[in-house]
Amino acid sequence: MENTDLYKYILGIADNSLVLGQRLGELCGHGPNLETDIALTNISLDLFGQTRSYYQYAAKIEGKDKTEDDVAFLRIEREYRNVLLVEQPNTHFGFVMARQFLFDMFHFILMEKLQFSKDDTLAAIAKKSIKEVSYHRRFSSDWVKRLGDGTEKSHTKMQEGIDGLWRYTDELFHITDADSAVINEGLGVDVTELKELYYSAVSEILKEATLVVPERKYFAQGGKNGIHTEHMGFLLAELQYMQRTYPNMTW
Amino acid sequence: MATEIAPNIDIKLMAILEEVADPEIPVLTVVDMGVIREAIEVEGKVKIKLTPTYSGCPAMDVISDDLKTAFAKAGKVAEVELVLSPAWSTDWMSEAGKRKMEAYGIAAPLEETADKEALLGNAKIVKCTNCGSTNTHLVSQFGSTACKALFKCDECQEPFDYFKCLK
Repeated sequence: MENTDLYKYILGIADNSLVLGQRLGELCGHGPNLETDIALTNISLDLFGQTRSYYQYAAKIEGKDKTEDDVAFLRIEREYRNVLLVEQPNTHFGFVMARQFLFDMFHFILMEKLQFSKDDTLAAIAKKSIKEVSYHRRFSSDWVKRLGDGTEKSHTKMQEGIDGLWRYTDELFHITDADSAVINEGLGVDVTELKELYYSAVSEILKEATLVVPERKYFAQGGKNGIHTEHMGFLLAELQYMQRTYPNMTW
Repeated sequence: MATEIAPNIDIKLMAILEEVADPEIPVLTVVDMGVIREAIEVEGKVKIKLTPTYSGCPAMDVISDDLKTAFAKAGKVAEVELVLSPAWSTDWMSEAGKRKMEAYGIAAPLEETADKEALLGNAKIVKCTNCGSTNTHLVSQFGSTACKALFKCDECQEPFDYFKCLK
């Protein structure tokens, strides 16, 4: 395993938190009510906190005087390794909760395994994160059930969210060459082994929410290798604006 | 889980540490919060290990600066290192701290099982900090900061924060 493999592996986990945190942050002041608005930004803050810990570690591995801010703000789109699911733009609240739910369910089982990584730093971040992620998972599954098993309108919108995002779920379980190298050393998690558990846990909640579990043969992929959907560029334009306009700015 | 590890704090430094308040809950000191995991003097420098309550806790940078300032006033140079492991637990909060927190208007964390019941809305056990009634209900799992949930009392109608159990 090369150091660059570990660097890429860490970004594969951290970029999901950064990008989803950014999407949730965009909703600040736009939540359906004050409590939900605060909850969404609380989750965003947890995700950014986790991202910082990963990026500090990634920056240390990369060396060359890099900092967490360089990792967050000064990469080009092709260098971000997040899954396509998390970069999908906010539409209605059912869609936002569907995206959150489909990610949280994965995030939780990933952290459950990562806490036993042979890499002390990754294990420590996972142990810290898992407590937060279990709150996120509770929040999003509650909403999926509430909206799915709610009114006709809320049910339709929730189903629309799940159907629209289902195509991005398979990618969660793909591994890149860098991932394989890290997994072989016992530092990373082999996500292919989590796939069955994920779909059965997700299906169970969808059924409880009276929603239909989508059936789909073809899935979208690419994010883990830096090939993103058209939404990613716009997200980064906003995220990176200050650092690109005023290089090396601090405040 | 190894949540009962006592912090390694040099008793001579305690008075200065206790001057530093948690910026989010100013009635509590950083010692009450249990976020100081180590404070020792090595070769004339004070070395402090600080642990976050939640990963994204914005109070960490402020606490770190406040610690350095407090020690500088006492003529000492402090270095603060952020540590993640073992992860912070509400068990590390002092009993005195929990009482101060209640008096300030934030309900202190219940133990793990009770906490879960309360947050799932299965049991009415969180005590209103205004009137003391347990006839309260959860408004939101997320409150004004990452570590709190929002409750409302059905007796006196006052909303209040509940500090979530974290283990």
